[in-house]
Amino acid sequence: MPPYCWRKGSTVEISVSVNGTQRTSEVEARTLLVYYLRDELGLTGTNVGCDTSSCGACTVHVNGESVKSCTMLAVQADGENVTTIEGLAPSSDELHPMQESFREHHGLQCGYCTPGMVMAACSLLDENPRPSEADVREGLEGNLCRCTGYHNIVKAVLACSGQDVS
Amino acid sequence: MAAQGSILGNAVTRKEDPGLLTGSNEYVDDLDIDAAQIVFVRSTMAHAILLEVDISEAVNMPGVLAVYTAENLELTAVNQSEFMDPSMNRPPLASGRVRFVGDIIAAVVAESKSQGVDAAEQIIVDYDPLPANADIEAAVADDAPILWEGAENNVCFAIGNEYDGPDVTEGADVVVSERIVTQRLAGVPMEPNGCVAIPEGDSMTFYASTQAAHGLRDGLAPNLGLEPDNLRVIAPWVGGGFGPKAGLYIEYILCGKAAQQLNQPVRWAEQRGENMVSMAQGRAMVMNAEMGVNNDGSIVGLKARVVADAGAYPAIGAVLPMLTMQLSQAVYDIPAIDFFAQSVVTNTTFIGAYRGAGRPEATQMVERVLDKAAAAIGMDPAEIRRKNYLQPDAFPLTTLVGANYDSGEYERSLDAVLEASGYSELRAEQTRRRETNDPMLLGIGVSSYVEVTAPIGLHVEYGSCEINDDGSATIKVGTSSHGQGHDTAFSMLVNDVLGIPMDQVNHVDADTETVARGSGTMGSRSLQAGGSAVYEASKVVLEKGKQLAATLLEASADDIVVGDGALQVAGVPAKSVSWAELASAAAEQEIEGGLAHELDFDGTDSTYPFGSHVAVVEVDSETGEVELLRHIAVDDCGTILNPMLVHGQQHGGIAQGVAQALWEHVQYDEDANPVSASLMDYLMPSAADLPSFEVSNTETASPRNPLGAKGIGESGTIGSTPAVHNAVCDALVHLGVEHIDMPCTPQAVWKALQDA
Repeated sequence: MPPYCWRKGSTVEISVSVNGTQRTSEVEARTLLVYYLRDELGLTGTNVGCDTSSCGACTVHVNGESVKSCTMLAVQADGENVTTIEGLAPSSDELHPMQESFREHHGLQCGYCTPGMVMAACSLLDENPRPSEADVREGLEGNLCRCTGYHNIVKAVLACSGQDVS
Repeated sequence: MAAQGSILGNAVTRKEDPGLLTGSNEYVDDLDIDAAQIVFVRSTMAHAILLEVDISEAVNMPGVLAVYTAENLELTAVNQSEFMDPSMNRPPLASGRVRFVGDIIAAVVAESKSQGVDAAEQIIVDYDPLPANADIEAAVADDAPILWEGAENNVCFAIGNEYDGPDVTEGADVVVSERIVTQRLAGVPMEPNGCVAIPEGDSMTFYASTQAAHGLRDGLAPNLGLEPDNLRVIAPWVGGGFGPKAGLYIEYILCGKAAQQLNQPVRWAEQRGENMVSMAQGRAMVMNAEMGVNNDGSIVGLKARVVADAGAYPAIGAVLPMLTMQLSQAVYDIPAIDFFAQSVVTNTTFIGAYRGAGRPEATQMVERVLDKAAAAIGMDPAEIRRKNYLQPDAFPLTTLVGANYDSGEYERSLDAVLEASGYSELRAEQTRRRETNDPMLLGIGVSSYVEVTAPIGLHVEYGSCEINDDGSATIKVGTSSHGQGHDTAFSMLVNDVLGIPMDQVNHVDADTETVARGSGTMGSRSLQAGGSAVYEASKVVLEKGKQLAATLLEASADDIVVGDGALQVAGVPAKSVSWAELASAAAEQEIEGGLAHELDFDGTDSTYPFGSHVAVVEVDSETGEVELLRHIAVDDCGTILNPMLVHGQQHGGIAQGVAQALWEHVQYDEDANPVSASLMDYLMPSAADLPSFEVSNTETASPRNPLGAKGIGESGTIGSTPAVHNAVCDALVHLGVEHIDMPCTPQAVWKALQDA
């Protein structure tokens, strides 16, 4: 058997603020942040679409910045603030303006890339509040969508920044 | 169809969205079911004799519940298409031989996925390599390695129109020919495949990421020794399908069988790297086309010789050349067609249906060779198309190759797209650039297409409508939404017929226990077949409701009209009865069948959407890089129910079609090893690669359903690929480049320029 030192008995206690609630768990050291969120905390809104950090379906915010949660170990989130799609809207019966804009402009079809796309889009507008179309396209380069051809996603993000897309 | 004040034809936002936007709608891997995990050990060799499979280490690994191989788990080989000879059935666990990289050799079931992966890594497989082949044309060569013992060659299917007249191009002023490759593509739904099998005594509940729950049940049940009635298949939210999720996967059989053996739930969550070798792929044909034209542009005849890849274990993809043949007359009045195709087995992932499924291939072939013909006689590509269109009064029309076109107005779509694109200004700009030797070459590509939706008998579908006690409606339908927005679209229909608010329409699909029957969603069939079924069932419910209302309101049934959530006397809105009251009255009076109706809608045949696209590309002559500047599409899908949904389908379809022309390509090396089996290597486009699209529609109603609808799911893909491909070739044609194979990568374009 290969000498993987992390394999057995190698768990670590982490404490992460997730969507404003402090969560403490024992995780295997090799656990990726996305699987910690999905399997340990049951936050299945964050999706997994690839195994090469190419698709961005697993994008969340760590300390307010978008991160592909498959590129980070759960232990690296110890002590940090994580926001997932479940924690984005101000309340359970409201949508965040970005979510609302995606709905208004039909920026989603099957919805699988959507949580990651919305999280990335929020982060993009935080950095660049009035992006051009090219800025939006470049900014979302790391998030793949197979359904929409991106047309309405770009439109939704531009509209959410307060720009006229009619 | 749409009366004044009707919701039909309006851009209505989707009921599906809030749960998808907040992450609360559950895909199969999100389901909170305590299940063991199945992990597969797949062949790393494309073709080999399977010697020893050593599982001794793996069975003792932590958390491992079972390790299955062909030695210890007996399973029947699966016939993946009724058209295929049973000698090519696929054993779920490879036995004796492996035939492609991805063939399953062993299955590990463990308490957790990571334990399963750890154990799978400890399984040692011994192979004796055999010559492998991934090349379509080489598969039909005399010295090709034969995949299936006992077979004389690798051909698994052949079809043609049995033309036996003189050469179809005889007498033409000009004959052009081209070898057109439609390269292998991967579907890449963003949600990979997956399932959960939950055994319960002699029955099972099976959740899967599928496009067709009922079809899956019927295929899966016998493989698990179950009666179909004892197998409940449910598709929860499905993260895209595009065709590859329409079939029975042997992974489902293995997952179900493991659940039965262990008598506990077992889950399969496919990884992307696995998906890129295990999920059905698409296209993969080489089409040799020859077209004769006269100097006035009129087509004399078309001859096509097609070789299609089926992959190692032939399935639906092997028979798709049927559809390629069916669409080979395209939108044109072609006097003679001679079409023959054969499908071959190779050491590759099997080919299935992928967005368009047999029809894009036909359009790519005809539109490319037609552009060559136009160049040969010095005619504008738009004009040669106009010259040859079938005219609106020709329909209905049975074509030379057996298609049964319902309606069409092809020239109108061309006029619309030429105007929307500013075609003559584009040509003027192209001339300017050519005259000034601008290194940034401008290419303008035109395509026209017709395609077949609800093909191969898929024009029949089940639908029902029932009024609930509270006045809401439940509709059940045999289609299976996985991103298209059926809940929204079908709720609009119910709202239009019954006046019940859309949010009080409960849409049920993709569950074999609650929906009586169904063929699922594929071939752009859902609105015309499933939507029509729901619409017709709702209309019967309306008639029942009117009879009841007439009694309750002491009026003639002929005077009862639909109001908001109620029926009322025409002109007397105060005299109304709500659907809740009607439901209660129906129960009291024991109306036969209740305030409900179910039926199977039969559209009598397929419908034939059509359209025209213009693509504008800029080619950097120094690097070969292609940039798509604009893409303009006019797609006609009959009468439009919800333009927002239609445009969404156009956008997504166009992106996938553009991607075939420019980037995507599933590739194998000379030993049939896949070299593009991840999203790092397979060039699926991002937002940064594409422009916004300019989409619009003409509306030519189909006479084959009450909605006038034709499919729109695949049109964008079918129209866009040849437009972009033609645009790239058009950018280079004045430099002596006659053709470039897709995908038109910078390397391919640069090389063509060097060779010219």
